[in-house]
Amino acid sequence: MSWARVRLLPVLAVVLAILVAWYGGAVALNAKWAEDQARRADVTLTFPDLVAATWSQDKPRLPAPHQVAAEIWKTTGAMVQRGRAFSKRSLIFHGWVTLSATALGFVLGTGLGILLAIGIVLNRAMDMSVMPWVIASQTIPILAIAPMIVVVMNSIGFAGLVPKSIISMYLSFFPVVVGMTKGLRSPDAMQMDQMRTWNASTWQTLVRLRLPSSMPYLFASLKVGIAASLVGAIVGELPINQDGGLGARMLVGSYYGQTIQIWSALFVAAALAACLVGSVGVLQRVTLRRMGMAR
Amino acid sequence: MSWLIGAFGFWLTAWAANIWLSHLPRSRLTGLLVPALFGMTLLILWEGVVRGFEVNPVLLPAPSAIALKFSSSLPILWTDFFQTFVKGALSGYLIGCGAAILTAIAIDRSDFLQRGLLPVGNFVAALPIIGMAPILVMWFGFDWQSKAAVVVVMVFFPMLVNAVEGLQASDHMQRDLMHTYAANHRQTLWKLRLPAAMPFIFNGLKISTTLALIGAIVAEFFGSPIKGMGFRISTEVGRLALDMVWAEIAVAALAGSAFYGCVAFVEKVVTFWHPSQRGA
Repeated sequence: MSWARVRLLPVLAVVLAILVAWYGGAVALNAKWAEDQARRADVTLTFPDLVAATWSQDKPRLPAPHQVAAEIWKTTGAMVQRGRAFSKRSLIFHGWVTLSATALGFVLGTGLGILLAIGIVLNRAMDMSVMPWVIASQTIPILAIAPMIVVVMNSIGFAGLVPKSIISMYLSFFPVVVGMTKGLRSPDAMQMDQMRTWNASTWQTLVRLRLPSSMPYLFASLKVGIAASLVGAIVGELPINQDGGLGARMLVGSYYGQTIQIWSALFVAAALAACLVGSVGVLQRVTLRRMGMAR
Repeated sequence: MSWLIGAFGFWLTAWAANIWLSHLPRSRLTGLLVPALFGMTLLILWEGVVRGFEVNPVLLPAPSAIALKFSSSLPILWTDFFQTFVKGALSGYLIGCGAAILTAIAIDRSDFLQRGLLPVGNFVAALPIIGMAPILVMWFGFDWQSKAAVVVVMVFFPMLVNAVEGLQASDHMQRDLMHTYAANHRQTLWKLRLPAAMPFIFNGLKISTTLALIGAIVAEFFGSPIKGMGFRISTEVGRLALDMVWAEIAVAALAGSAFYGCVAFVEKVVTFWHPSQRGA
């Protein structure tokens, strides 16, 4: 009970405040359009009418939360009930497209990151030459040029999943390299000396000591990396929208002023991000507990 | 063919040189020389491969072609840079980070608000906020105001989380000492807790530099006046003028690195006392 009071109550209060502010904002932003409509129809709106009108427009400037919720239900749950979960109009389909690009990019990026980190730790020349460029590579706003990469790769015949995953990979390898390098260097001098006493080779030290002790660092970076992968996949979907995906839904929505559609895609993306980060968290807890490293 | 052989020859030489250099005692000179040599090798390999295999410039222009385009279109690049970086990214960065730090100080007194806002802020900081871009462009119009708004939304939560954490960074002993001095809340804030928060605040500020540039450029894909880096990238891709696109990327990379470097420099001056700064 005390857990609920200490942790849950404040969060609920903040979420509630956000919802209230949102409904208020919907009234403020949509009022102008509602009043214009009323003037054209020669009706004067009382305040309750005005509020009701601002919360039920087709293309509002800011849709009210219940409209977004209804749209999400219409494009997910209701589609499932009708047995068309994977039709092109369903957000489950679009979410799946985004998720597969995210997953592929994340796996590639994590692999690349771990390999680079091992190279950096084992090889001094690599440490000195690669590490500064890994850091510099992140000051380049890669997300901003992501659409270009997608278009160019499409024109040389790589369509679909691969270009998006490459952007995801680029975004997710950086936290993994930084975290893994730190983790692989985390065994202290005592432990390293112990390995030397046992006449362990570099390889054995890596597998038996460095890799296990880097796990907490790895998981912390994976959480950052998977969120970054999702952002990469979504931005990668912006230019090519015939394949679908949450990013494509957002762009199409913005072309046609379908604000409710943009918001619902945004919320599904948010839910997806939460699930992905959450499942990495669960994996972390299980792995660390089985390795006896849980804190 | 000679281009390929030359490039690979240079690669091998540079590789050997780097291995030799990295086994010398570590100094400032080798610390600069080794990565510089590595970067140069990448560029020369790129140039050699593009020329050697005669890669279509529509796919990948050579670095020399990009440099040529860069120097011949400086005025356009400058207007784009000013529109996107100074008007969009920089103003949004200042507003967003300023608002986040002020919010952190404002909620500092309330334990309840902190416990509520931190998880929400952490959650929002992990979300694909960039998806807000089309909505904000719809609200604030096509000019730089909407770009600044996207940047504000993108930097606010990472900054807030860092600032709130930073304000809690001073330990009990130090706060007790301030209490012994009969310092009031404002004095404790100014003399102890804000200075102690600086490493965290600068961490947030550094993360936000890249986010700001990304936000400003991506927001331009959803509509912009006929200038700006994002606008130029998307139209030149449409015309398959990839050398211009790469020139814009070079501008973005330079601006991003310089921005990060400036913030890191200020950090060095402000948090000179922190262990992570004393070693270097």
